[in-house]
Amino acid sequence: MIPLSWYLMLAAGLFSIGLFGALARRNAVAILLGVELMLNAVNINLVAFWRYGDVAVMAGQVFAIIVFAVAAAEVAVGLALVISVYRRRNTVVAEDLNMMKW
Amino acid sequence: MTGEQIFFLIVGAVTLLSALMVVTSRDLVHAALWLVATLFGVAIVYAFLNAGFLAVVQVVVYIGAIAILFIFAVMLTRRQAADTGAAMNANWWVGALVAVVSFLGLASMLSKWSGFSKMATAMPSGFDAVGQLGGALTSADGYVLPFEVASVLLLAALVGAVYLAFNKK
Repeated sequence: MIPLSWYLMLAAGLFSIGLFGALARRNAVAILLGVELMLNAVNINLVAFWRYGDVAVMAGQVFAIIVFAVAAAEVAVGLALVISVYRRRNTVVAEDLNMMKW
Repeated sequence: MTGEQIFFLIVGAVTLLSALMVVTSRDLVHAALWLVATLFGVAIVYAFLNAGFLAVVQVVVYIGAIAILFIFAVMLTRRQAADTGAAMNANWWVGALVAVVSFLGLASMLSKWSGFSKMATAMPSGFDAVGQLGGALTSADGYVLPFEVASVLLLAALVGAVYLAFNKK
């Protein structure tokens, strides 16, 4: 049997790696990759708490399904924004996109 | 240490290493392919947790749709910016520091919690997890409102993505 702590530590590590990716990468697509890693870490936690709590209460799995839907929506809109910015500015490097900076 | 634990450790190590490759590899196509490996690892973790339906949804939605969308976006947006220049920005060490501090903070906070090394109770025999999940998502005293809001969100995201990426010329 696997204790709950292993799942929580795996999720914490995955979240931290995703946080590093979102903070440190220059390319906007790579930043979205980091956000995806963080969302997956949250989902592991939700499903682990469902399994180690009362399995008849489905809230953990329902939350995970909602996170799937939100992640799909986020990626679709985010990548459309990246492609639109690339058409206008010919770059996807986040620090070059400074037209809203005064 | 049982075989199940050894298998879990291998899956966890592969997941974390490929996640590390996602955030460090310079070529974004490689990063997207490492993301596929990470998502497979997470799907196996769902299977460990007796959430077979979520494991299948993870493979279909994340690997089948989201990872492919990433690969398309990388291919549509690379000319010179994707492969030349540094992969990290100048403040990458601040990001690394924040990530390490957040991991240590999470680990120390969780290790003080009394339920930290709890073991799972056995699944009740004949428990229909998929049926229960479907019932919870569609019954009025369950989660039908978040379910419908999520469908409206997906529709709005579909319209928004088409509008944003549409070439008006």
